[in-house]
Amino acid sequence: MSDLIRKTAAELGALIAAGEVSAAEVAEAHLDRMAEVEPKVQAFLHVDRETTLEQARAVDARLRAGEKLGPLAGVPVAHKDIFATRDMPTTAASKILEGWRPPYDATVTARLREAGLVILGKTNLDEFAMGSSTENSAYHVTHNPWDLSKVPGGSSGGSSAAVAAYEAPLSTGTDTGGSIRQPASVTGIVGMKPTYGGSSRYGLIAFASSLDTPGPFARNVLDAALLHEAFSGHDPMDSTSIDRPVPSVVEAARNPDIAGMRVGVVKEFAGEGYQAGVLARYHEAVQLLESLGAKVVEVSCPSFTTALPAYYLIAPSECSSNLARFDAMRYGLRVGDDGTRSAEEVMALTRAAGFGDEVKRRIMLGTYALSSGYYDAYYGQAQKVRTVISREFEAAYQQVDVLVSPTTPTTAFGIGERADDPIAMYLADLCTIPSNLAGNAAMSVPCGLADEDNLPVGLQIMAPVLADDRCYRVGAAVEKALESRWGGPLLKEAPSL
Amino acid sequence: MSAITRDEVAHLARLSRLALTDDELDHYATQLDAIIEAVAKVAEVAAEDVPPSSHALPLTNVFRADEVRQSLTPEQALSGAPAVEDDRFRVPRILGEEA
Amino acid sequence: MTMVYDEALERFEPVLGLETHVELGTRSKMFCGCKTTFGAPPNTQVCPTCLALPGALPVANAAAIESTIRIGLALNCSIAEWCRFARKNYFYPDMPKNYQISQYDEPLCFDGYVDVEVDGKPVRIEIERVHLEEDTGKSTHVGGATGRIQGADYSIVDYNRAGIPLVEIVTKPIPGTDRLAPEVAKAYVTELREIMRSLGVSDVRMEEGSLRCDVNVSLMPRSAAEWGTRTETKNVNSLRSVERAVRSEIERQAGILSDGGKIIQETRHFHEDTGTTTSGRSKEEAQDYRYFPEPDLVPIAPDPAWVSELKAALPELPSVRRKRLQAEWGLSDLDMQAMHNADAIDLVEATVAAGAPAADARKWWMGELARRANETGTTLAELPITPAQIARVTELVASGALNDKLAREVLEGVLAGEGTPDEVVEKRGLQIVSDEGELLAIIDQVLADNADAAEKVRSGKIAAAGALVGGVMRASKGKADAARARQLILEKLGVSE
Ligand SMILES: [Mg+2]
Ligand SMILES: [Zn+2]
Repeated sequence: MSDLIRKTAAELGALIAAGEVSAAEVAEAHLDRMAEVEPKVQAFLHVDRETTLEQARAVDARLRAGEKLGPLAGVPVAHKDIFATRDMPTTAASKILEGWRPPYDATVTARLREAGLVILGKTNLDEFAMGSSTENSAYHVTHNPWDLSKVPGGSSGGSSAAVAAYEAPLSTGTDTGGSIRQPASVTGIVGMKPTYGGSSRYGLIAFASSLDTPGPFARNVLDAALLHEAFSGHDPMDSTSIDRPVPSVVEAARNPDIAGMRVGVVKEFAGEGYQAGVLARYHEAVQLLESLGAKVVEVSCPSFTTALPAYYLIAPSECSSNLARFDAMRYGLRVGDDGTRSAEEVMALTRAAGFGDEVKRRIMLGTYALSSGYYDAYYGQAQKVRTVISREFEAAYQQVDVLVSPTTPTTAFGIGERADDPIAMYLADLCTIPSNLAGNAAMSVPCGLADEDNLPVGLQIMAPVLADDRCYRVGAAVEKALESRWGGPLLKEAPSL
Repeated sequence: MSAITRDEVAHLARLSRLALTDDELDHYATQLDAIIEAVAKVAEVAAEDVPPSSHALPLTNVFRADEVRQSLTPEQALSGAPAVEDDRFRVPRILGEEA
Repeated sequence: MTMVYDEALERFEPVLGLETHVELGTRSKMFCGCKTTFGAPPNTQVCPTCLALPGALPVANAAAIESTIRIGLALNCSIAEWCRFARKNYFYPDMPKNYQISQYDEPLCFDGYVDVEVDGKPVRIEIERVHLEEDTGKSTHVGGATGRIQGADYSIVDYNRAGIPLVEIVTKPIPGTDRLAPEVAKAYVTELREIMRSLGVSDVRMEEGSLRCDVNVSLMPRSAAEWGTRTETKNVNSLRSVERAVRSEIERQAGILSDGGKIIQETRHFHEDTGTTTSGRSKEEAQDYRYFPEPDLVPIAPDPAWVSELKAALPELPSVRRKRLQAEWGLSDLDMQAMHNADAIDLVEATVAAGAPAADARKWWMGELARRANETGTTLAELPITPAQIARVTELVASGALNDKLAREVLEGVLAGEGTPDEVVEKRGLQIVSDEGELLAIIDQVLADNADAAEKVRSGKIAAAGALVGGVMRASKGKADAARARQLILEKLGVSE
């Protein structure tokens, strides 16, 4: 059965639908794989074999009863531990929520269940999704399956590692500043940030509300599209959710014809600070697109270089408010309640003990940016920069259908390498942040290995709001051309675990 | 000239309800100073006449009908509470008056 | 020391400001579908959103938006073409998110006014803004001597009230009220309450906290040109308290200023028992609420056509209605004002609608019934008698079946729970003696018993007939029709008037 873990989600779904294999068998194969590699990868925060198998058996029963489920019925998925799940703890990788069991399901969780996906467990992340390496988890570090001494990216590093390590064919992530695309890039898989509002934030523990976007991870573009379709779409519980049909991403992934498509190369995202091997693969990918019939032009978006500082004002500002609810009163950790201390003191002691370093840093930064006297210069100005960036995207999309760039300036960096240098860490999201600020769709698709370190490089494909299908069309075209060149998926190159 | 003083960091910690030690205050003062200097780069974008964007997309008027939905049971509501008394959340004594 | 009111007013001019919070009477809460029933068992009307569970999101209640706009229109405000919710950030255990969703520099309604009349003098109160926000939960303080927040050992919190829509109505500073300041404050709140009632947007029960008032007062020496420092007295929870709080704060501040002291800008608390205020949280560490636009909710842009429709459909406002009724009923300003003060207008109107002449309806409600309400310490509306019943009593009097004295007895019977007016007449045997034979027999007896008086009348001293009528009324236990008795006595004695 071990070859089950090498199959694509689409293949597994078809096998299960045809009754050739049961959801329980597929789940079991992945649970066995997890037992084997988790000690090294540590992608998960919570796994409960019995709960998972129960879910799988329930799906098998629904299928036997003739219930019409989607193409992923019975397929396992690893779920980022930032989505509320009724039957599993939900911690956002923070001590402050250790052991918390939500009395409700996130919309994304509920839709996974409705579509018959089997949740394998909850994956590790940077605490409250703040980070680019998953080293900020309060529980443990996750390792990159390509090289266990490297980070798997972040914040959705558990989800990227789980898929790259064949522990799950699919996983969920959230992307606030690149937290899906950057981990996908450094683990050699596909990661998609849908259009903001295209997938529901209800039940997703908020980091930065105006930026957070749930999205899929998979080992190939079609699988990502299937998962995207399974959980996205309008949700009346999320006021910022778009009440329009989901772009036809699966169709686009199945029809990777890009002849005549106009592709813009973002001039600002190359050059100094970019790893040579990353740029080499990126330039090859651009040439590949041209050889597939796309019209490639260079596009300048000068303010994109200011996206990073704008993001590090907007996201911390929102997080300083979003994380105020973790106060030891209604749920989660409570520290120092000895009967004499006031609520105020207990709140401050609990938050000091329960939040990690990066979280505290961002809360204070955001508190600063919003304080009277600083608001206009920091938060206010950052919001104006946000407008400028959106306008530059709009102008660019007048000329081109999609924009491309490297997903991240470097390949996976070493565990511990940037831990003490927040600013160096923040650079990992240099290219991904503009799409978050503008709410655009963006994908990372593997485009080869860097020569220096043999680690994966990702190509970022950005598309306008609600043109998510363009990312899938271009991503699938790149994937198809490269796989025929490589003779199979990039991940086949990964040193086996 | 530093962008932020240690006293300001102490004030931020108080506003954010974070009980930080003196060492931590020093540590964050240094880091925040560097970060604030880096993010101050937003000022370089000429954006005087540009309207700020608080949201990613220009949606307006998203409302729900005034309809009652199922609430949680008190057991569910209180299930994660650190302390409970009489179906209420028990909290340490409250110092100030509400704002 | 405090200064007596008259002296205070000689030396200082008060400036008022009122902030009124009105809980809207929507079926569900502001941002979630929980019920809003007052007095439900603790934590039975809560959900992930109003408990601020991680991941939960708000969605604005359309009916609350509509009610707020209608309130704004009724208060002669402009309605924003585009506005946003904002987060007001501060930590407090009553407030689950540790921020309140409110509005900051973009209120839904602004720049309006309310006209009131005090002592026959019209006063225009300008409205700064009307905005929408959410209520907090309710704490009970346990331990300590007083059951109050100070000295309590701990508190227990019920979040049923958290998230109930709250409309905040803020006046501009109100100068020039002089010694009428307390009455103006009361008249304004009374008027607001009636406007809310006429709009049907709230049950405005001050005793249940669905209308709460914060009173700002500052004093300016008569010779000065600048306003003084103001204090904000919180949660003044009855109309009478509004008046008392203003008066007591004027006296207190005048005392301090005359002693050469300074007024501290602070919140104060009003105590019903003593009628005085005490210091609450001083604003020495100025609150920094770090307002910013609420990213979880999208902006509100009311369609101007819809706003015009709402405006056209506003009900007749209380002040307009009072003018109309006064004209219809032909009452003096003084009578009308007295009825308004006694909350009798609705009752009189209903009594007139049930068929009573306006003068009679007013006479009963403002006379006998007002006396009864006063004696029993209730309001007119709370008396166990209906306008229709009053109308029936006036009908019985008009038909001659009752005289005023009997009518009072009937009312007493109804109030005592003996049934409808007709039932009371029946049970107590209060019908006027209409049987002429019975009446003549009584008259004969009275004439026989009072031969002297009878003789005087016969000889032309008609004034002496009064004593004989009195005798008949006594003998009939008040059930005789006095006018008819007089007529018959004069006939019998052969004299005419
Ligand atoms: Mg308010
Ligand atoms: Zn609720």
